[in-house]
Amino acid sequence: MDVMLINPFINATLNVLETMAFIKARAGKPYLKNDHMASGDVSGVIGLIGEVSGTISCSFTEKSILAIVSNMLGEEMKEMNDEIKDAVGEIANMISGQARRELEEMGRPLEAAIPTVIMGKNHSITHMTISPIMAIPFSTEHGEFTIEVCFEE
Amino acid sequence: MDLNMQVLVVDDFVQMRRILRDVLKQIGFRNIADAEDGLAAIRVLKKQKIELILADWNMPNMTGLELLKAVRNDESLKSIPFVMVTAEAQESAVLEAVQAGATNYIVKPFTASTVEEKLKDIFDRPAPRKPRPEGRGRGEL
Repeated sequence: MDVMLINPFINATLNVLETMAFIKARAGKPYLKNDHMASGDVSGVIGLIGEVSGTISCSFTEKSILAIVSNMLGEEMKEMNDEIKDAVGEIANMISGQARRELEEMGRPLEAAIPTVIMGKNHSITHMTISPIMAIPFSTEHGEFTIEVCFEE
Repeated sequence: MDLNMQVLVVDDFVQMRRILRDVLKQIGFRNIADAEDGLAAIRVLKKQKIELILADWNMPNMTGLELLKAVRNDESLKSIPFVMVTAEAQESAVLEAVQAGATNYIVKPFTASTVEEKLKDIFDRPAPRKPRPEGRGRGEL
């Protein structure tokens, strides 16, 4: 997979969380993921189509997403519910939109599908292609989350 | 900028409507209606006098772009300032919205100051300005 495709998603993730939830996240070292198990308790997945096609997902632990959505709404969220699911879809949308602008500026325009959100312990994430999955772990003072990027070769 | 004007917020994501409402209240707007998609927005526009529309792009039933075109093709509504508030951040999307008649364009994620600045662009500055995408890089949009 072209690693140039990954940085826009890291930049977008940091920007979205800082702007909407006032949370400074730190990106860890990207790694190749060999299975489809989600690292978090709720995941948003978006299909991307263009010169290369693929999927991105963002998977949040319960602790991290409750803190993120609480900050976004200015109200304490205590449980995983439909509001959290909707928020994960919107966060995935914003990350996709920001990253696609950077990719467009690099001459790699992509169209995005509507996000799908999966919630529950030990769920799996199905990426659109069978190419290697690049995972980027992020840490915040409220817990961890992971972005996965998978583009066809 | 008249903070008593009637504002309509259109977004299928209920929390985003709430966030936008809060931001508009923070700026000082007092009269804010909302709708969950373009069709619901049309119903509101037919019932009450709206003076500013802020609409998301991707919504079920009727998208923000379809709503924008419907507003611009309606004699009684065509002069209402229309601001697209969307995660669609690419230049090509901004161009498409501007060509369809968008008055300004706000990229999600946004800050309250970005929203205020974009609205002042419409109401407080004499010379019309072309909408421009914002939010390049990290941090402040």
